[in-house]
Amino acid sequence: MEERATIAPYHMEEPVKARRIILSMATVLGLGVAQTALAQDAPENIKIGITTFTSGPASVFGVPAQAAAEMIAESINEAGGIQGVPVELHFVDEGAGAETLTTEVRRLVQDLDVDVMMAAISSGNCINLTPLLEDLEVLNILWDCGTQRIFEEAEYKYNFRTQANATPEMMAALLYLLKTNPDFETIAVINQDYAWGRDSWELFSSALMKLKPDVQVVAELFPRLGAPDFSAEISRLLATQPDVILSTSWGGDLDTLVQQASQRGLFQNSTFVLPLAESSIQRLGGVLPDGVIIGARGDHYFLHPELRDDKNLGDFVERFRKRTGDYPIYPAFHMAQAFAALQAAYDKAAEANGGEFPDRAQVLEAMEGLEFQGYGRPLTIREDNQALEAQLIGVSRTVNEYDFPIMDDMMIFDAADIMAPAGENSLDWIGTLDPSFIDIEVTEYKHGE
Amino acid sequence: MQVLVLATLDGIAYGALVFLVAVGLTLVFGVMRILNVAHGSFYALGAYAAASIGGALASAGLSPWLAYPMFIVAAVLVGVVVGGLMERFLLQRIYGHEETLQLLVTFAVFMILDNAQRLIWGVQPYFYSEPLRLLGNVKIAGITYTAYQTLFLPLVALAVLFGLRWFLRYTLAGSVIVAVTEDREAATAVGINARRVFFLTFVIGVTLASLGGALASPTTSVLPGMGAEMIVLSFAVAATAGLGQIEGAAVAALMIGLGRSMAVFFAPELEVVMPYIIMVLVLLIRPEGLFGKSTARKI
Repeated sequence: MEERATIAPYHMEEPVKARRIILSMATVLGLGVAQTALAQDAPENIKIGITTFTSGPASVFGVPAQAAAEMIAESINEAGGIQGVPVELHFVDEGAGAETLTTEVRRLVQDLDVDVMMAAISSGNCINLTPLLEDLEVLNILWDCGTQRIFEEAEYKYNFRTQANATPEMMAALLYLLKTNPDFETIAVINQDYAWGRDSWELFSSALMKLKPDVQVVAELFPRLGAPDFSAEISRLLATQPDVILSTSWGGDLDTLVQQASQRGLFQNSTFVLPLAESSIQRLGGVLPDGVIIGARGDHYFLHPELRDDKNLGDFVERFRKRTGDYPIYPAFHMAQAFAALQAAYDKAAEANGGEFPDRAQVLEAMEGLEFQGYGRPLTIREDNQALEAQLIGVSRTVNEYDFPIMDDMMIFDAADIMAPAGENSLDWIGTLDPSFIDIEVTEYKHGE
Repeated sequence: MQVLVLATLDGIAYGALVFLVAVGLTLVFGVMRILNVAHGSFYALGAYAAASIGGALASAGLSPWLAYPMFIVAAVLVGVVVGGLMERFLLQRIYGHEETLQLLVTFAVFMILDNAQRLIWGVQPYFYSEPLRLLGNVKIAGITYTAYQTLFLPLVALAVLFGLRWFLRYTLAGSVIVAVTEDREAATAVGINARRVFFLTFVIGVTLASLGGALASPTTSVLPGMGAEMIVLSFAVAATAGLGQIEGAAVAALMIGLGRSMAVFFAPELEVVMPYIIMVLVLLIRPEGLFGKSTARKI
């Protein structure tokens, strides 16, 4: 019995010593195991899957956004990572088609085990991917797509949007028009023939009919996405002479439309409203005349009037210019907002976890009601997982400092004032509006003041 | 009345551009029996080349009028270099093979060239509109048009149509091409080098597509994907006309141009599908196309 109890080496005389040693070893081993467990909690990298267009016409948005993501990730990693863990990016091309995109996203989640997805630019892709990522139970940040339908038609636990949606974007453009050109009588639309072109017109025109019912719609034109020529449309608009022409087109289509319209004098007859023109303005240069209403799909602009002296914005703009040769446009800012939200969520979750690195469920929980700061006014994720983001909009103005027009006579609309409340359908909410909505309060700025 | 005039002018301008691209596709099929899916890439390459040369002219401070001869230089460059290489190293290996293989090979070339454009020129749209501005505007029925689109492009299209007709009917090289088209074996038997004829035809076809792109570049954004858009339209024109029919391509392009512009004025919701409605209607009535000839099939 004693022999059996004496498991110490032969030179140890007392079994008590052996017990002490075993206890000590157990303690040390236990601590070691505990330390290993803690180290495993904080992964080597935070893996982020990002869908963006690197091919096709929408790569005019996707490529600058990818550059922004890479730049931001480098900055985060240089600063030691998120909660001490570096980020690792994995890109998927949205231009490869819905089927390939779905397969690739599945691969990222199931094979690579990404911690978070950021999808997508295209509203169609967002509509397809949000239920999939919900099923796969991975946090997804909808970083750029605009369709308001996502959170109005379903409830999600794993999907969050870190920028506004089409409703406030269209409301801001409409309110700006009504506040600055209250007396127009006729309007025409020329939008791309796909979901965004049709949906944005439905939102805009529905609200217009509530706020100014006497306006007459004289032409509704929907040329195909990627159309190389708008001559016939421009002839018709020149013949019809509407007071206002709306186009939510983007990319090469918008550039072609503006070039052809400018050459044929269409800008002289009508006031143009181009809610996405901020993304084309640097390419268009002097072709875009002064006085065109232009938007940027949110509250961000490299000359943001409220953040002119903000060091963070200045640094971001300069680093982006150094990397790409251009000033950042809205998809780059949207990408920055997605990363800002992710960092804020990890910080909030870590704080709630007593300073320890949070697990995925804790990060997900932190996304609810999250407050974070992009390169505009502070943003908040509301209860339907949709961010409240203000809207900045202005008119084009030629100035000496830049070889392209900048935004002047800017207005910034508060998000909560111009979007449907959580749980309410946008078109139903628009149906409740009346002309007093035009008098909504807004902050106004002049360029350089 | 004003609306009809406007729609007609727009239709002619658009049809002229579509003809310039589609005629190369038709010529290549007519002579070589190759359905070239990569044709749209040559259109895009011509546009990129012209926009780049135009940008270089502007940077060098040279006269923008030089852009006009440079359109031809850009088109010939693409035709001879890219088209020549493709015919010599790829197509020569698949003549006489089944259509599926031809489609796969030319589609692969299309994908390669599309990505090559992205690598060389990036994804941001290019726009070089100086040639368009040089010719100024004209006012017709109270509406401002660009002289470039309304007058210059249709004139070039007419020149290409009649130039091709003259070349094929009244020159030795043209007669040789026609001989090979009619009966390759007999032509080879009398000493005609059919391979050289195929090479020449393909280079001409690619040059025409490239010329279409170069001429389109002052009017539109030059960007990735533009080739895919044009190849679909070119196939619609070629199928409507009857594959291999050059005059037919002119008529079909005009019909599609007019149909599209009439739709913009009278039924905008049909604009996108109008080329295909015209194609389907024509093929329902004449399955061989407007000018296609019914042939007995050898079994």
